[in-house]
Amino acid sequence: MSSSPALALPFDETRRRGGIMSRVLSSDLPRSKALTVILLGILLLLAATPFLFSGSQPVSTAAKICVFIVLVASYDLLLGYSGIVSFAHTMFFGIGGYGIAIALERLGATWGSVLIGLAAALALSAFLAVAIGLLSLRVRAIFFSMITLAVASAAAVLASQLSNVTGGEDGLSFQLPQALRPAFRLLSEPVFGTAVNGRLLAYYLVFFVSLLVFLGLLRIVNSPFGRVLQAIRENEFRAEALGYRVVAYRTAASVISALAATIAGALMALWLRYNGPDTTLSFSIMIDILLMVVIGGMGTMYGAVIGAALFVLAQSYLQVLMGAGSAALAGIPLLPNLIHPDRWLLWLGALFIISVYAFPGGIVGRLRQARQ
Amino acid sequence: MSDMAAPSTAPDELPRAKTDWLPLLLIPALGLLTLPFVGSPSTWVTLTVAGLAMGMMIFLMASGLTLVFGLMDIINFGHGVFISLGAYATLIVLGPLSGWAQADSLGLNLALLALCILAAMAVTGVVGAVFERVIVRPVYGSHLKQILVTMGGLIVAEQAIHAIWGASPIPIPLPQSLRGAFVLGDIVMERYRVVAVAIGLVVFIGMQLLLNRTRIGLLIRAGVENPEMVEALGYRIRRLFVSVFVAGSALAGLGGVMWAFYRQTLTAGMGMEVMVLVFIVIIIGGLGSVGGCFVGSILVALVANYVGFIEPKLALISNILVMALVLIWRPQGLFPVARR
Repeated sequence: MSSSPALALPFDETRRRGGIMSRVLSSDLPRSKALTVILLGILLLLAATPFLFSGSQPVSTAAKICVFIVLVASYDLLLGYSGIVSFAHTMFFGIGGYGIAIALERLGATWGSVLIGLAAALALSAFLAVAIGLLSLRVRAIFFSMITLAVASAAAVLASQLSNVTGGEDGLSFQLPQALRPAFRLLSEPVFGTAVNGRLLAYYLVFFVSLLVFLGLLRIVNSPFGRVLQAIRENEFRAEALGYRVVAYRTAASVISALAATIAGALMALWLRYNGPDTTLSFSIMIDILLMVVIGGMGTMYGAVIGAALFVLAQSYLQVLMGAGSAALAGIPLLPNLIHPDRWLLWLGALFIISVYAFPGGIVGRLRQARQ
Repeated sequence: MSDMAAPSTAPDELPRAKTDWLPLLLIPALGLLTLPFVGSPSTWVTLTVAGLAMGMMIFLMASGLTLVFGLMDIINFGHGVFISLGAYATLIVLGPLSGWAQADSLGLNLALLALCILAAMAVTGVVGAVFERVIVRPVYGSHLKQILVTMGGLIVAEQAIHAIWGASPIPIPLPQSLRGAFVLGDIVMERYRVVAVAIGLVVFIGMQLLLNRTRIGLLIRAGVENPEMVEALGYRIRRLFVSVFVAGSALAGLGGVMWAFYRQTLTAGMGMEVMVLVFIVIIIGGLGSVGGCFVGSILVALVANYVGFIEPKLALISNILVMALVLIWRPQGLFPVARR
């Protein structure tokens, strides 16, 4: 694809300055005041959600945001950094979820089964990613999109049909290890009015693992390996002429991205204590991921943070707003239908199309441009 | 000098392109191979006719997509929405003419089906023209953006269908005389599937005649081969492309009508569900090849039917297996289009 200013950034000087922050963020600083403020805000809010808000709804929303940040960031490694479109990302997300769910259901609620489930899921994901990559990435990038779509739909059908293993359409509910159950109390006294129970621990498990994986992905895209991926995205021919094996790099990128998605799926299952086709495998989640990546900003890991946060919030709270709007417009033909609470995806879809045309760097690209 | 003389000996003979028979032989080979596994010949005929009908419907939905890709290197992930839209467009006809569907007369029923198809093709053709102008035109040349933007178009259009016709599935009954099956001895052929085979064959033969026997077809084939050269010779490839896009959308609408009556329910996501098969088919056939698309459709549908009968569990992934095998044999699909 052609280079646009928001996507292809020149080597910037901040890299040389060092510093602890720069080390943690792999020298890829936000490079915009507004962006820094927003990112810090999201980080602090996510870190403090259990203490700031009461009730389970805000914490669930925050956990979902954490998981989707990892999922979307790993997808961005493929779409934004490598320039290949995969539709099998939810398959890897689902493999992670089912790995945890099946292991905990069959082997009992221990940390050992969590590890076994996660390891098995990671191995399966890596194998499938290599197989798909070798079969399709050597031919044409566009084959990859279609083949991943086909494979993902086959995986979804398999998961819903093999009901003795996966629980079919109903999915699997399971018990968590003792330390993550709501009844577990780490401290007898509440801290800042919040009981320190297993649910809180589960939230922080999700939060910190997500943070670590995100920083790991940031490290990968800013490594020499990530640079090669971007070179391939910008000009496959030239990269190959320079001696980089395009198929190997693309396959490696799709494996890394699949592994991160698997971890995200495992976290999702751990948080929900349930895994089923609708929570991790369905095609609508794939569309959600696409929307988040593009609206947040392709080719920047921070876009994933903003896209995921915005989208999950919109999913949870925009519908309420639209419901009010729809009620206010009752009586006019078609208009109330268009802003019916169930039609929120219509508007995000329109925003998505406009994003691809008008600001391919998404929100992050916009914010960075505004600075210059 | 013998080089110069050689053409004059047969001045009327143009060198003919060699026909690649090998992929075509796959279909009868597959049929013969499965016959002993299926057991009784009558069951085999039933399965084969059902598979052919399914293949024809997939071909109707896939042909436009592959042609658009071949001509302009545009991949339209939103193609599925034209299938859904064509299916919903039948409601425009079925609403006022519901009496025709109840009538026990083959003529009226077929007329109703024809009207549904016309309405669907008109609606999807017009929407296709708008879709091309608004969604696709700004992103020529960039596959990544095409995939993204057409997915966006798909989301918006699917939601728009929800907004117009409601989100719940709508049942549409088959016209009276198309229900049931013909029974010849042990062989059972659903009537509707026979109609589907007939329509599919008519469209395929029509497309072949159009592509191989007319001037427009010549231009389209030349455009698939080398668009720059066609443009340099003074033809407006853009106009040609828009008409192919519109025709492809209308064909998807036609396929959508057939698919809707086959499923007998309408949902906005029905197009996207079948798109998976459509993509498999055009990959197997070779992106851009109409003949390959036809062979691929029938191959996939037949394999799905045979495998579903012999080993039902395996049928879930039979399509993927067929695709993987074909790609290992011919990485560009059965009939690779030369330039790409």
